[in-house]
Amino acid sequence: MTAFWFLAPIMVIAALGILFVRKAVHAALLLAVVMISLAVLYAALDAPFLFAVQIIVYTGAILMLFLFVLMLVGVDASDSVVETIRGQRLLAIVAGLLLGLVLVTGVGQISLGAGTGLTEANNGGNIQALASILFSRYVFAFETTSALLITAAVGAMVLAHRERLTPKPTQAGLAAQRMRDYAAKGTHPGPLPPPGVFARHNAVDTPALLPDGTASEASVSRVLAARGTVRSAPALADDIEEVQRQLGEAPHAGRTGAASAEEETL
Amino acid sequence: MSVTPYIVLSSILFTIGCVGVLTRRNAIVVFMCVELMLNASNLALVAFARQHGNLDGQVAAFFVMVVAAAEVVVGLAIIMTIFRTRRSASVDDASLLKY
Repeated sequence: MTAFWFLAPIMVIAALGILFVRKAVHAALLLAVVMISLAVLYAALDAPFLFAVQIIVYTGAILMLFLFVLMLVGVDASDSVVETIRGQRLLAIVAGLLLGLVLVTGVGQISLGAGTGLTEANNGGNIQALASILFSRYVFAFETTSALLITAAVGAMVLAHRERLTPKPTQAGLAAQRMRDYAAKGTHPGPLPPPGVFARHNAVDTPALLPDGTASEASVSRVLAARGTVRSAPALADDIEEVQRQLGEAPHAGRTGAASAEEETL
Repeated sequence: MSVTPYIVLSSILFTIGCVGVLTRRNAIVVFMCVELMLNASNLALVAFARQHGNLDGQVAAFFVMVVAAAEVVVGLAIIMTIFRTRRSASVDDASLLKY
């Protein structure tokens, strides 16, 4: 019972965390905590096979599937705090508390006694005993499971499949379209400018500078722009001057010196 | 060893999952709460298997796991399809069955 009293508070806190955390990724990680703790409890309840299956199937496969979908949907798919139905959250919490109260007091009222224990049933090994039940008494359910799994696999394929409605654009077609855009709207036909490369900043969040000194918006990924993490070019110029001041050089003196030295080597 | 604490823990987890399904807006988190409820019922099944000294409860828990795996595959595919058409994983946005 040591494992139980150690893990039960962790599980309840992690499960409550799923209710309150904002980001879905954090909820998935808290669910992983609950599932691994459950696996340990299965081991404590003389179910070594379910211990392995819980870790492999639940935490290994199902939770990874959740994380994959979270990555596809986007981590920023946080839910809003606004209620669509007024008072729904409060009612749900009250109903949940009532349900929990009824379940816990109901279970607490009955005394189950010491219980039989599984030492006799697990005599020839837990997995062997499970297999003999599964392939004798539950063999029909086991066969039906195969139908269920095939249906699920086909269903997922049908749902995830997207029919291509237009023919796939060829390279020649793309080039012709680019030239048509240039003729019609004046869109630049060449590749987009790469992000700016300065003496110390060649990161993708630094926009390229146009000949007139303004930053080119096309040179930075629009994801970075939407996130608001694009560095501004004038701030960078200040940054460079600040570093030069720290090095103890007069502004522009080092730069012209380096330029003349470069000319000499050339 | 009495299994009553396990059953109490299982009912607490089930309640938390239930409240989560009712309150959360993100469809993926709602799905996770359903998984939490399934796990809580599994714990009760395994605990009662130990109480009664036969393995039927463990076989039932195993079947629940298989069904949960199939359910997750289809459910997440549905969430993906809804997200593709509506650009949102919120359960409130999918209030119409068509369009």
